[in-house]
Amino acid sequence: MYKLWIAIVKEYLLLRRDVGGLVILFIMPLVLVITVTLIQNSSFVKDDNVKVPIILIDLDDDELSSSIISSLKEANTFEIFEDINGQQIDEEQANKLVLKGKYKMAIIIPKGLTANLNAKVSQNVNKILNEFGIENEEEELGKEAVTQEIKLYFDPAAHLSFKNEVKNSIDKMVTKIESKAIYNTFQNELEIDGELFDNSKIFTFREVNPHHADLEIKPNSVQHNVPAWTLFAIFFIVIPLSINIVKEKNQGTYVRLRTNPVSYATVLSSKVLVYLSICVLQFILILMVGLYFFPYLDLPKFVINGSYFLLFLVAIFSSLAAIGIGILLGTLSTTQEQSAPLGATLVVLLAAVGGIWIPVFMMPKFMQIFAVISPMNWGLNGFYDVIIRSGSVADVLPEISLLGLFFMSMLMISIFYDKAKNAI
Amino acid sequence: MNEAIIHIRQLAKQYKDSDFYAVLPMDLTIRNSEIFGLLGPNGAGKTTLISLICGLLKPTSGSIEIDGLNYQQNKREIQYLIGVVPQEYALYPTLTAFENLMYFGAMFGLKGKHLKNKIQRSLQDLGLLKFADKKVKTFSGGMKRRLNLLAGILHDPRILFLDEPTVGVDVQSKNVIIEHLRELNAKGTTIIYTSHHMVEAQYFCNRVAIIDSGEIIAKGTPKELIATTENASRLEDVYLSLTGGDLRDYV
Repeated sequence: MYKLWIAIVKEYLLLRRDVGGLVILFIMPLVLVITVTLIQNSSFVKDDNVKVPIILIDLDDDELSSSIISSLKEANTFEIFEDINGQQIDEEQANKLVLKGKYKMAIIIPKGLTANLNAKVSQNVNKILNEFGIENEEEELGKEAVTQEIKLYFDPAAHLSFKNEVKNSIDKMVTKIESKAIYNTFQNELEIDGELFDNSKIFTFREVNPHHADLEIKPNSVQHNVPAWTLFAIFFIVIPLSINIVKEKNQGTYVRLRTNPVSYATVLSSKVLVYLSICVLQFILILMVGLYFFPYLDLPKFVINGSYFLLFLVAIFSSLAAIGIGILLGTLSTTQEQSAPLGATLVVLLAAVGGIWIPVFMMPKFMQIFAVISPMNWGLNGFYDVIIRSGSVADVLPEISLLGLFFMSMLMISIFYDKAKNAI
Repeated sequence: MNEAIIHIRQLAKQYKDSDFYAVLPMDLTIRNSEIFGLLGPNGAGKTTLISLICGLLKPTSGSIEIDGLNYQQNKREIQYLIGVVPQEYALYPTLTAFENLMYFGAMFGLKGKHLKNKIQRSLQDLGLLKFADKKVKTFSGGMKRRLNLLAGILHDPRILFLDEPTVGVDVQSKNVIIEHLRELNAKGTTIIYTSHHMVEAQYFCNRVAIIDSGEIIAKGTPKELIATTENASRLEDVYLSLTGGDLRDYV
């Protein structure tokens, strides 16, 4: 035990004297969590100050295009430009401006769209009325409805989700206007005054947050980002830890230790305990920022619905899993040039697969299989169980068991590898 | 002095992916309390041989017996018996001299006041006491060499392995190191050391073995070797006569 204690003191001193390393270990995770939460908060809370600039060319200049424009304005998402410095924009100019990325999108509403829609509605209504034996005396003949295109130019850098959202919204607007036109045409043809048809919706959506007893659980960016990015930050311990082990091998101290009556397990245990303390401190710091600093940034306060004890339990086991990877990487690598980039790539990969960036259920089927074997996914589920679902020990037990087993296997592989490599 | 403490029988080492043996099968006996020098040009196999004996490398064949013990069955016991001073500075640069010695001393089970007193005395002996609280990265080459030696002898090993302990140091540091090693030897410590300094080896060692291309080509006291070599008046003459004057660059 004395050897272990002195080894812990040594590891602590080595870390304490690496000021740059300490800053990276504590400041960078905070910067990461704050930045990502601020950015991602917009997907949970709508910011009226942020609007997407778009070009709109209205060649129709009638009822339908007016409805589309007013709906776009009501959405409060777009800053609509119909001219530049008082000059009308043509399709060619719009194409160039969108290609340059100055505007995210251009909408070209074709000429005669309203007339065409009205013609189509009239034709259909008349056909139906004829079927019922009601002849239209003023029936206009010869105006055939044709399919027209509302052209949408998108910035090549625009995301697919943005494109789909815009297309769906415009489609919805046209359908709504079309329905209204059908009702109006029926009313006109049947010569009925006043509002005959009830245009109100027959159903609406109401999002109900699942709750525990009196506690309603409202999802927000902080509830999702703090655990996810804290895990990501914790796993970055892989890099300094693996470098620490490689450095020891390269500076000759490990050679000396191999001739000393001390086991590799003792050497590693001291590193595990010191780096675990670092991870727990990182976690406490991020937690404090979420609880007390986020409200000052106009971010929702981080709310922990479950037990703090369980939260720390998940954090400790997640840290152990990260430390296990760091130890294995440091044991297998011979240079820092191997361990540092490999460690960084591995952490990013585990985060991507583990659902830190994109929820696992949104991943392709085959990727979901990998997510199940990612320790970051176990940690994330454990955090969600406690923070969002107010889970009990039984709820987090599967995740912490997997994380614990993962750590033990990494440690065992490292010890056996070292033993096999240096066997006499 | 005549009692053997290390027995090497048919010991050989071939590294992975190498067509050649770094150490060809060899027999060697090192006596208790002697200073034994392993001399040879670069790449001759000195460091490989010393690494095999102190348990850092796995032999391809053969056996090593240290004070009647072997690595397969008594690794821990052997590790308490030996002290190793590697060629590179095996120290933590951001720790102080005192902290480095505390750590390495504790790894041998030394603790408390005994360890602290031992460190103070050792630092005093090698002229480093006033730098005890300075970080090793601020030390000169000679100071690092002396501290490197202390980290290997703090537990009073019965057998001490030194891989070029005076390389790259000034004359003053070299003299302090050699003098300290003589004192240790006078107290009964067996010393096995490698060096390129023939003059140092001639006056320091009781016996030497000259190694070339992985095999021992001469063995005996410096006096015996000088006497049996034609036109030799110094150990360096013997060495050059046996290993030749060609450059020994190797990769």
